[in-house]
Amino acid sequence: MTTLTDPPQGSFRLSMLINDTRYRSLTFQAIALLLLIVSIAYLANNLFANLAAAGLNIAYDFLGTPAGYDINQTLVEYNSRSTHARAALVGILNTLLVAFLSCVMATVFGVLAGVLRLSNNWLVAKLMSFYVEIFRNIPVLIWIIIIFTIMTAVMPAPRAFRGDEPEASMLLGLVAFTNRGIYIPAPVWGPGSLVVVATFIVSIVGVIGYRRYATNLLYSTGKLLPTGWPSLAILFVPTILMFYIMGRPIGLDIPELGGFNFRGGIQVGAPLIALWFALSIYTGAFIAENVRAGIQAVSKGQTEAASALGLRPGRVMKLVVLPQALRVIIPPLISQYLNITKNSSLAIAVGYADITATLGGITLNQTGRAIECVLLLMLFYLTISLLISAVMNVYNNAVKLKER
Amino acid sequence: MSDIHANSVAFVRKTEIPPAPPPYAATGPVKWLRENLFATPANSLLTIAALYVIWLILSGALPWIANGIWTTSSLTECRQALDGVAGACFSVLTERWNQLLFGFQYPSEFYWRPTLALVLLFVAAAPVLFFDLPRKLLVFTAVYPFIAFWLIWGGTILTPILALAGVIAGALVYQRLVTGSFAYGFFGGIIAAFIVWTVGGWIIPAGASDSAMLTAVPSRDLGGFMLNMMLGVTCVTLSVPIGIALALGRQSSMPLIKMICVVFIEFIRGVPLITLLFVASVMLAYFFPPESTLDLFLRVVIMITMFSSAYIAEVIRGGLAALPKGQYEAADSLGLDYPQAMRLIILPQALKISIPGIVNIAVGLFKDTTLVSVIGMFDIVGMIRGPILASTEWNGVYWELLGFASVLFFIVCYGISQYSQWLERRLATDHR
Repeated sequence: MTTLTDPPQGSFRLSMLINDTRYRSLTFQAIALLLLIVSIAYLANNLFANLAAAGLNIAYDFLGTPAGYDINQTLVEYNSRSTHARAALVGILNTLLVAFLSCVMATVFGVLAGVLRLSNNWLVAKLMSFYVEIFRNIPVLIWIIIIFTIMTAVMPAPRAFRGDEPEASMLLGLVAFTNRGIYIPAPVWGPGSLVVVATFIVSIVGVIGYRRYATNLLYSTGKLLPTGWPSLAILFVPTILMFYIMGRPIGLDIPELGGFNFRGGIQVGAPLIALWFALSIYTGAFIAENVRAGIQAVSKGQTEAASALGLRPGRVMKLVVLPQALRVIIPPLISQYLNITKNSSLAIAVGYADITATLGGITLNQTGRAIECVLLLMLFYLTISLLISAVMNVYNNAVKLKER
Repeated sequence: MSDIHANSVAFVRKTEIPPAPPPYAATGPVKWLRENLFATPANSLLTIAALYVIWLILSGALPWIANGIWTTSSLTECRQALDGVAGACFSVLTERWNQLLFGFQYPSEFYWRPTLALVLLFVAAAPVLFFDLPRKLLVFTAVYPFIAFWLIWGGTILTPILALAGVIAGALVYQRLVTGSFAYGFFGGIIAAFIVWTVGGWIIPAGASDSAMLTAVPSRDLGGFMLNMMLGVTCVTLSVPIGIALALGRQSSMPLIKMICVVFIEFIRGVPLITLLFVASVMLAYFFPPESTLDLFLRVVIMITMFSSAYIAEVIRGGLAALPKGQYEAADSLGLDYPQAMRLIILPQALKISIPGIVNIAVGLFKDTTLVSVIGMFDIVGMIRGPILASTEWNGVYWELLGFASVLFFIVCYGISQYSQWLERRLATDHR
């Protein structure tokens, strides 16, 4: 039963541009294109008129001129004579540093809170839902400011550590919490330390190899090797042995009070701590919800079926529940990582020198190159988020339910 | 059976034993404690750890709050009154509440105006939030934006009336033309509204604002929590329709429209809000004619609306994708054209699915309005970090102020998310 669906092929009339579905979409797109071009032309025209009136132009050569400002926390060498481009690089690295640290810590907080929220323990479950609700419903900027205030206004000044009866003391004699930041011991790499590090790396490879061997043995012969304790042993025993054989080449540079401040060790500034902690504890609350939803999404029948097959609870979790839950958890988790990276731009509120504070803050104010700076800033964040989205797509395709 | 054993067994009970009460440990609060708090040794340890944490928090916070001083006029006086006891100086709140809520420049004799606007906001939002209320109330909701504008900014009443007239003219033209085609109605309505606004712009006399019933207040005088509320409400309201349009555009079969929407959405979602606020504060002015003076509030509203509409578009796209394909085909087979199918069949269902997501975005956006403090607007965070902490009287009062801001945000955000959960249960029409 074929019916004639096409309208009769008459000659083309102008009204068909609006009334005929075959041509209407072309009309709409032409209108949209026209509007787009007109608005872009209007904005660009205004832009050039305004720039000409202000005696400005769009140029990026300011990046090569000396920045002239200092940055207190840098991962690469930098001084005030370095260029603006160098300052931007310092900012990029600082952004990536705080984003990475926060992602790791937020995952820890989130997984802990999410799992504990499902605990049989009533009190713990309530406490965790309290944590999630409190942190989700208060702006992250307020959390950053709160933790920054704790770090700068509540922590003791370095001089509180002085004297025979000091008001403050170092944690375990190693870490000092002061209002100028946290001082942690720095590792000192003596001669021969390279061997110890190399041993540790070889041990990691060894652990992976051993676990792979155990899996292969299990699948081919059904023989079950223990993996937990042997893995730990392979990981640490050779490294510790090598450490003593080489004569303890790796030492610790413990921060000491000298003059008005601590010397030695690594100083982690208050802005970094505030940003790191606030971002991880805030995003942790969101991740906790994702984890909880992911575990609850695995239907109870799966757990029961696995138990009926005779799997022990640990294996039920590892082999049946987690692989299915992860498929639900990972995509929102990655978008939370993206949020952390974007929220790290709030560093400007506490004076942490990330890309927003260097390129979008001081450089912008010193050079007056607002358009160029903001464009570069957007380009950076856009690149990061497109990269993370690409990773997410690859992962999603890998774990997608293989259906016929 | 009993007959057989009657002789061989010494005693056979003939009556039923009355049921005994369960053992003490398997009933009532003891049972609950054993099951929920002390089920296993590890569980008991967790309980003790949790109790310790709760004790730590409460033992720190409760005396601090209970010893709070509410009546002094500066931090030094408050410290003297406390006399070394740990306690809060809530007097900063009693003294500066007006700055925290309204900003430090809004004229204090006009505080009733934003307050009234807030009360009316609840009245206007009620019929949208709760469907059981009479539908006639929606008329007030439609008029509310103009009333609120007039109350907060003041100035001549002609401006909001003119804006309202434009909207009414647009709606009338739309109703006239929509019977022919949705596109005619839509564009006709917009053109009619613009004509009324432009013509009206010539009518309003130049000095009308000076002799107005409500004194005009410039936007830069707005501040405090009022600014957060205004930005949040305005931007969410504006971004829902734009978000719907973007989501539909992204699903469109027209490649050009689809491309524009995808680029816009992905660009906005890829950059942090703070860079968009930088655009508003330092860059946007370059894109408008030199003589136009777009004030900062309006520029920020434009950028935040763009930001949230991109996110809302993604949420709605999820809702559209979740609809079974049969719904689209059914609409087509009924002979509905695209606008009709969308308005009558697709969007009502897709929006229902998207409600939790939209509410999440709204809550996130409301929290993000605090970011305007970074570009030098005095919202509640800007007020705390700027004028109040910098003043000689209150330099050093952190926790009372930050705690107050946190409580305000918590109440609003928690309230919205509770409403969203109620709405979800209310709208769950399947799987009863």
